Amino acid sequence: MEKALKNTTLHQIECRNLSLSYDGRTVLEGADFTVDSGDYLCIVGENGSGKSTLIKALLSLKRPSGGEIIFGEGLGKGQIGYLPQQTNIQRDFPATVSEVVLSGCLGKSSFKPFYSAEDKKRAAMNMERMGISDIASVCYRELSGGQMQRVLLARALCAAEKMILLDEPVSGLDPLVTKEMYRMIEELNRCYGMTVIMVSHDFSAAVKYATKILHLDRSVKFFGTKEDYIKSPIFGRFAGGNEDD
Amino acid sequence: MIDMLSTLASYFSYKFVICAFIVGGLVSLCSSLLGVSLVLRRCSMIGDGLSHVAFGALALATVLGASPLAFSLPVVVIAAILLLRISENSRMGGDAAIAMISSASLAIGVIAISLTTGMNTDVNSYMFGSLSAMEDGDVILSIILSVTVLLFYLFFFNRIFAVTFDESFAKAAGLRSELYKTAIAMVTAITIAIGMRVIGAMLISALVIFPALSAMRVFGSFKGVAVCASVLSVVCAFVGISASCLFSLPTGAAIVAVNAAAFIIFSVIGKVKRSLKR
Ligand SMILES: Nc1ncnc2c1ncn2[C@@H]1O[C@H](COP(=O)(O)OP(=O)(O)OP(=O)(O)O)[C@@H](O)[C@H]1O
Ligand SMILES: [Mg+2]
Repeated sequence: MEKALKNTTLHQIECRNLSLSYDGRTVLEGADFTVDSGDYLCIVGENGSGKSTLIKALLSLKRPSGGEIIFGEGLGKGQIGYLPQQTNIQRDFPATVSEVVLSGCLGKSSFKPFYSAEDKKRAAMNMERMGISDIASVCYRELSGGQMQRVLLARALCAAEKMILLDEPVSGLDPLVTKEMYRMIEELNRCYGMTVIMVSHDFSAAVKYATKILHLDRSVKFFGTKEDYIKSPIFGRFAGGNEDD
Repeated sequence: MIDMLSTLASYFSYKFVICAFIVGGLVSLCSSLLGVSLVLRRCSMIGDGLSHVAFGALALATVLGASPLAFSLPVVVIAAILLLRISENSRMGGDAAIAMISSASLAIGVIAISLTTGMNTDVNSYMFGSLSAMEDGDVILSIILSVTVLLFYLFFFNRIFAVTFDESFAKAAGLRSELYKTAIAMVTAITIAIGMRVIGAMLISALVIFPALSAMRVFGSFKGVAVCASVLSVVCAFVGISASCLFSLPTGAAIVAVNAAAFIIFSVIGKVKRSLKR
């Protein structure tokens, strides 16, 4: 009984005393927080505070050095969409936009060698959403930074079934597309019930759209609802400081 | 010209020439497909390292009196897994480690040879390829190999793309990228071990690199590059082997020279194509 409780959770994701480190250097220590189905969690914090590292740990790309991450029932691999902050995609990689977006559908079809008609429809829909349908056959290496970001977002949307992890999704996007982006993420969350975990430096967007906030600085400085966060002293310090810039 | 063609046709009455065409063509096909993934992952040094290991293994097999292929295949496959691990581990300086292993195996091979036969024409053919090295067993093996590689590539094409394009995303989406990478490295090892005697140890890694690079000059889609690289590679192999017959050149050297010429042509085509677009 005791043991069963230890490794299961009623939440979608539960982190218990999670520590992450690179070569013995701890970047995040003793993090406790939970993510529930339908949450819109915004992770904020300064540069180097361990946000991207935490995202990688949630994706099982990085192993915890302490504590544990427990996934709730029904959240399988291939149901999480992911937009990396930085990719080590080579600048000269030959791939068309539609090839990249379609590759987001792979996690689902476990043993089909080719893309199904449904996959293609899904990819087309997400390209439409991101406004990149007209460049579907253009080579990825010839795009601008913002266009690349949109392509990777469309790919993440193809992969997302229950949850989407976005590491600074709007960096490099123009204001119009940024707004559209936030609207779309909100729609995914509100209308489709998708869990959203987003890393952002944009405090105003964080408190506008998120339902929960996780503030990191080598450890969890705040975790709770947006409403509590706005009242907390840590928000005043950071958001206030932002406005002075 | 017609003269040359009829001379070439007369060569086809020799069994070893036909064998060389089959093995050379199939090995080129496989290595070009594998090369697309290796080059794009910046791992083409693995091919070079493996060919040197294969040379060392082949030389050792001769000394020990073992069957060349049966001895070198497992050695090269193990080396492939090792090299992959090393090249992933950037802290060790992947390229330096690969250079170390490949020169060490080359040294072992040369010592093994000089202890027995000494440097003779046999060694020359190990290094730069020869037409007459092929036997029935090699033909059957290379057919089995290339069918396997082709099926593997066709079946997992989209997954290979995903893993090559963005490994961490592929992993996050639940693809077992380690498995694909290990499979590609192992099949590359087998391809190299089989192709080594037609193409030669010093030159076979060119077959991994050249077709992919040439195709990348012209094509902008992964599918286009894969198809173009494999077709180009087979064409270059046939032209090279023909030249090798007609002018009695070392087979591997002839094939690589044709590949190099194709690369130059494709670079020019790519430049023209891009400037027309603007
Ligand atoms: N691959 C790595 N190897 C070693 N250290 C790393 C690695 N990646 C990140 N770090 C270190 O871990 C710490 C946290 O990095 P992380 O990328 O998680 O920060 P972040 O919160 O995402 O910052 P940013 O806002 O700049 O994106 C930093 O001090 C960084 O130097
Ligand atoms: Mg980051």
